[in-house]
Amino acid sequence: MATYFLRRILWMIPVLFTVALITFVMMHSAPGGPWDRDLSARQVDPATQKVLNTYYGLDKPLWRQFVAYVVGDFTQEGKFDCGLVCGDLGPSYRVRGRSVQDILFEPPKGKSAIYSRFGYSMRLGFLAVSMAAIIGIPVGIAAALKQNSWVDYLSLFIATIGISLPSFVMAIFLIIIFASILHLVSVIPKNWDEIKAWILPAAVLGFGTMAYVARLTRTSMLEVLRQDYVRTARAKGLHERVVVFRHMLRNAIIPVVTILGPALAALVTGSFIIETMFSFPGMGRAFVTAIGQRDYSMIMGTTLIYVFLVSVANLAVDFLYVFIDPRIRLED
Amino acid sequence: MTEIAGPQLPAITELNVRGRSPWQEAWGRFLRNKASLGGLVIVIFFMLVTVFASVIAPHSPLQLHSGKSFLPPAWVEKSTTGKTGDQQFLLGTDTLGRDALSRVLYGSRVSMMVGFVPTVIIILVGTLVGMVAGYYGGTWDNFLMRLTDIMYGFPDLLFFIIVLIALRDTWIGELMSGLFLLFFALAIVNWVSVARLVRGQVLSLKEKEFVEAARSIGVKDSRIMLRHLLPNILGPLIVLTAFQIPNLIILEAILGYLGLGLKPATNPDAFFITSWGSLLLEGQTAINAQPFLLLAPAVCVALVVVAFTFIGDGLRDALDPRMRGTQ
Repeated sequence: MATYFLRRILWMIPVLFTVALITFVMMHSAPGGPWDRDLSARQVDPATQKVLNTYYGLDKPLWRQFVAYVVGDFTQEGKFDCGLVCGDLGPSYRVRGRSVQDILFEPPKGKSAIYSRFGYSMRLGFLAVSMAAIIGIPVGIAAALKQNSWVDYLSLFIATIGISLPSFVMAIFLIIIFASILHLVSVIPKNWDEIKAWILPAAVLGFGTMAYVARLTRTSMLEVLRQDYVRTARAKGLHERVVVFRHMLRNAIIPVVTILGPALAALVTGSFIIETMFSFPGMGRAFVTAIGQRDYSMIMGTTLIYVFLVSVANLAVDFLYVFIDPRIRLED
Repeated sequence: MTEIAGPQLPAITELNVRGRSPWQEAWGRFLRNKASLGGLVIVIFFMLVTVFASVIAPHSPLQLHSGKSFLPPAWVEKSTTGKTGDQQFLLGTDTLGRDALSRVLYGSRVSMMVGFVPTVIIILVGTLVGMVAGYYGGTWDNFLMRLTDIMYGFPDLLFFIIVLIALRDTWIGELMSGLFLLFFALAIVNWVSVARLVRGQVLSLKEKEFVEAARSIGVKDSRIMLRHLLPNILGPLIVLTAFQIPNLIILEAILGYLGLGLKPATNPDAFFITSWGSLLLEGQTAINAQPFLLLAPAVCVALVVVAFTFIGDGLRDALDPRMRGTQ
């Protein structure tokens, strides 16, 4: 078991390395550098550019730059400047004087870490997944227990729509209904400290997952429903609640748990469209802004964080498995 | 002698029953599924729109109607900008005074092409690689599996964004107003899932007796793959394709929304003028003044995607009746 998880953790290294390599090569093959693209600001003269290039190590050969990005390099003063392995994502090409991790992880002055861009995105992701699980699982259970009733058909219908519709189309519909027609919320909330502002983005983000969770719970409950041990449990006169929750749900929940991890990762990484639509102050919008501005180091840094999150989420699910179902033994 | 009255036997007539192939059976099952039939109707409708966009569209999608910008749809009496709808512009006009309806109609071209062109490449490459990897195993197979491991670690949307940003301003990005690069990027990621499916199917099929029989009488490998293996994996392959298409249409819309899809055309004779993704981006910037600009492309994307999903569900039930009602 320990060996299994160790191997899984170690496997993340080549994955992250390959992703870093692909992103690095891609970003450097893009025309333009960090200094010449900033059309809005004062243009940098060639002499300054040279100084800047030397300062940031951009005059070195490409492989050397990659090594410097991933491992680190010695500065001109001979001090070792640690790279990606220490969590240093380098300077932003567009926001002068700030590094990528500053922009993403530094909260505004005097606020706690959850007010950083990363903190905002994580909160939104967790809220969306919680909504998906809290609504999706009970709906799935109800649909399975009342199979072929109107509850079942209605939830199946909504689930089918929810699974096939992309979240940003859903977002458009909900924005138009709740903001433009009903005026219940403003399209661009001014204050993200109010819980009201979070409802719409989280609902939109979590809706697809909720639909999927509901359908999966239903299918796997239906499978468990006819098992012998469920009949036995009923036959020995257990309370219906105990049968449903202790005997059925505990077994039926396993496939649902497996998708929650990737779903959380997908929500955090997929939230950039939703964040942009709602002008949400999270990591995703920083990413989209960076795309617009061609801020290459920012794009690269955010991508690596996303890939890391996906890997960790998948690993966490495997870990959870073992706790939920003692029958599962992961091979060494 | 008395005749023994036997039971009256009906005259034996030749029953004219034609055999039906499994494909005909499946087609019959598909047609009985109302949801997927509805999906098919919607898809055919949008295909017709794609082909005849220039005929149906009431205006040129690029023509600027001066003094008629920011118009709401025709049935709106007074919009937030204080303008009244014009019968000439059924869905209103955008910030520059271009007819919204015409633009949406033209936009269907990109979405339909994105749904089909990369799919052809994906299926061809994926089937070929998957079949070779599954049939021969060894190095090819190892390479494929490692590649898929890395691809699964890399969220595909991020990969598209990176590729499109990096190559958008190079000569490759200029081909077909940026569509070539988009197709290429979509194809390069998605063939992997097809290859995995085909590999898995081939792995189990190649141990079957009919393959062994074919091999024992000296049938060439290429013929075994083409005539014995391929027809047997066609069912799952068709189902995967049906689900692949809406996925690609969604991706185009997302990338277009991020400003990474089709480059806006200036030549009114160009085949690809705009896409639903680009229209969503335009609509988003004007969301407070004109929410309807956003609604039309969103409804189109939603309709096409749901239609394809229904078709996919129907195909799966039709081609593999045992799978009915499961995931």
